[in-house]
Amino acid sequence: MAMLEVEDLNVRFYTEDGVVKATNDLSYRVEAGERFGVVGESGAGKSVTSLAVMGLVDEPGVIESGEIRFKGEDLLELDDEEMRRLRGNEIAMIFQDAETALNPAYTVGEQISEAIRHHLAPGEAAAEERSIEMLESVGIPDPATRYSNYPHEFSGGMQQRAVIAMALSCDPDLIIADEPTTALDVTIEAQILTLLEEIAEEFDTAIQLITHDLGVVAEFCDRMMVMYAGHPVEMAPVEDVYYDPQHPYTVGLMSSIPRIGDDRDRLDTIPGRMPDLIEMPPGCNFHPRCPYAEEVCTRREPPLVDTDTGQPADVADHDSQVAACLAHTGELTGRLDYEVTVRDDTHSRPVGSTGDGSPSE
Amino acid sequence: MSLRRYVLKRLLITIPLLLGVTLATFAMVHFIPGDPIDFITLFTELDPETKQEIRARYGLDDPIYIQYLDWLADAARGDFGTSITTRQPVTKEIAERLPFTLMMGSMAFVIAIVTAIPAGIAAAYHRNTKVDQVSRVAALLGIAIPNFWLGLILILVFASWLDVFPVLPPTGEGLLSSEMIVYTLLPALAIGTGSTALLMRLMRSSMVEELDKDYVTMARAKGLPERTVVGKHVLRNSLISVVTVAAIQVAFIISGSVVVEIVFSYPGLGRLLVNRVRNHDFPVIQALVLIIGVAVIFANLLADVLYAYLDPRIRY
Repeated sequence: MAMLEVEDLNVRFYTEDGVVKATNDLSYRVEAGERFGVVGESGAGKSVTSLAVMGLVDEPGVIESGEIRFKGEDLLELDDEEMRRLRGNEIAMIFQDAETALNPAYTVGEQISEAIRHHLAPGEAAAEERSIEMLESVGIPDPATRYSNYPHEFSGGMQQRAVIAMALSCDPDLIIADEPTTALDVTIEAQILTLLEEIAEEFDTAIQLITHDLGVVAEFCDRMMVMYAGHPVEMAPVEDVYYDPQHPYTVGLMSSIPRIGDDRDRLDTIPGRMPDLIEMPPGCNFHPRCPYAEEVCTRREPPLVDTDTGQPADVADHDSQVAACLAHTGELTGRLDYEVTVRDDTHSRPVGSTGDGSPSE
Repeated sequence: MSLRRYVLKRLLITIPLLLGVTLATFAMVHFIPGDPIDFITLFTELDPETKQEIRARYGLDDPIYIQYLDWLADAARGDFGTSITTRQPVTKEIAERLPFTLMMGSMAFVIAIVTAIPAGIAAAYHRNTKVDQVSRVAALLGIAIPNFWLGLILILVFASWLDVFPVLPPTGEGLLSSEMIVYTLLPALAIGTGSTALLMRLMRSSMVEELDKDYVTMARAKGLPERTVVGKHVLRNSLISVVTVAAIQVAFIISGSVVVEIVFSYPGLGRLLVNRVRNHDFPVIQALVLIIGVAVIFANLLADVLYAYLDPRIRY
């Protein structure tokens, strides 16, 4: 049994303009101790997915169908009270912007202590002691003094550490980190990621890391899911995705990252923009932007299949690479035509290619 | 900076402010056209020598700054001189009426705070529902209706038609007698309604804004119950802007009391002020204006301290 199993999750937002389909039959699993990356453009449904797991989808959002099982228990069946007992306790969340996630009116220490008092119910003094320990464990110097500081007295990096301390304070089994390093500079980012890594290893905590930074995923995650318009287009162990991406969108994302030693004047971008989640294009949602799209792509929605066998994807099989592209069901006449080059240090070597050179107009 | 140091600093700033108010009060009264002698002597024709004698007796022949300093020194000791109209010590006249206005004003303020804050919270939390719409209409009415008119309507409905309140204030009853307290309710309501409406709308908008912030989601993500999320995290931040405006409401309540006291024949400072302005009773007017000014300064001081208590970022 996986730590987290999301199955056919559909989240809808009922807005004045229409129904926004934030996630569409989204399924994925995260194992205990696994570091699972979720990437995609803004609006791909990454954050909604994490809020859904936390049970914090707010109006006008509604979880319309699906299951979210945590240690086998369907979270959507729980009442508010039972959900609150898990939240912050067994499932914790790290927010993107620590500066706004911290309440300016209370001391950092109080904001950590209150969760400890609420869930673990120790005395006032014991909660404070534990909070100071947490601050120390995330590398905040002089934690006993820092305990009674207000958020505005912390630097950005320290604020993010405090938010992480908060998430860790009740020894969660699953941490959902929503862009935990986006607001930070790269040095602090590296420190924070190392810290998260240490924690995940020490306590066997599962981490679902949401980001649009592919570099962070490569460094930190075991497995990843690429989301587009509310559903996964590719899911596989990180190495497989980087060395051998199987979906045109993933390829597009990869080629839009700048690399050291890059001699391109301009970065490649994926033309167009993500479809309107109210009126999604028929067939494959990505076809209007896909250089390999054929007529069939406008009609048939590609299922998520194992790219080796072409069989329907099995979310329980963690080693498989799955993608949602008709190229893998044999319905395209052309082939995906691209070459992937991964540079290791200064040596560059072609690693794999899925194209055979024939143009696929 | 600690809260205590902030309060000290803020208190120090109050000193020049208070001096400024005394100066303005003194100057203002002296710019009123007309010779005070005429009001003292009730416009009787007098020869210049007698006039000069009266002038000297009241110290009106001294240079203006000496008059100011004399007045300031006396005022600092609580002596505002003698009323021209009644020949009574001004301090005594004011002391008799101050408690009534204080009671009415505090009642109005308490009514405003006690209804506005919970109503604002409810409207914000249930925004765009029936609760919110009803409160919006009520607030609009509360702001639009002038307090003197509301006073008249309250008298008409509750004192005249329903006969549950007396029309005139009880005579010979002490300040804290139940009759007086009951009688004070209607004028307090008349004054407090505008402030209630304003504070409620402000509380709502401030809270709606706060509810959308990340720290609220964060507090929920910690598994805290809604009561704690709203009552602890959101409330404190929402109150910050409300506190400032609530302090300004003290000034509105004081100025409102002037008109409403007339409407209700209420034995307070407001009615005294109107009476004495008619009679050019300078010592009383000066004292009253000064008291009102000082009250507003201290209300603002209190607001600033409360503000710093609520928002730690203010304290430096």
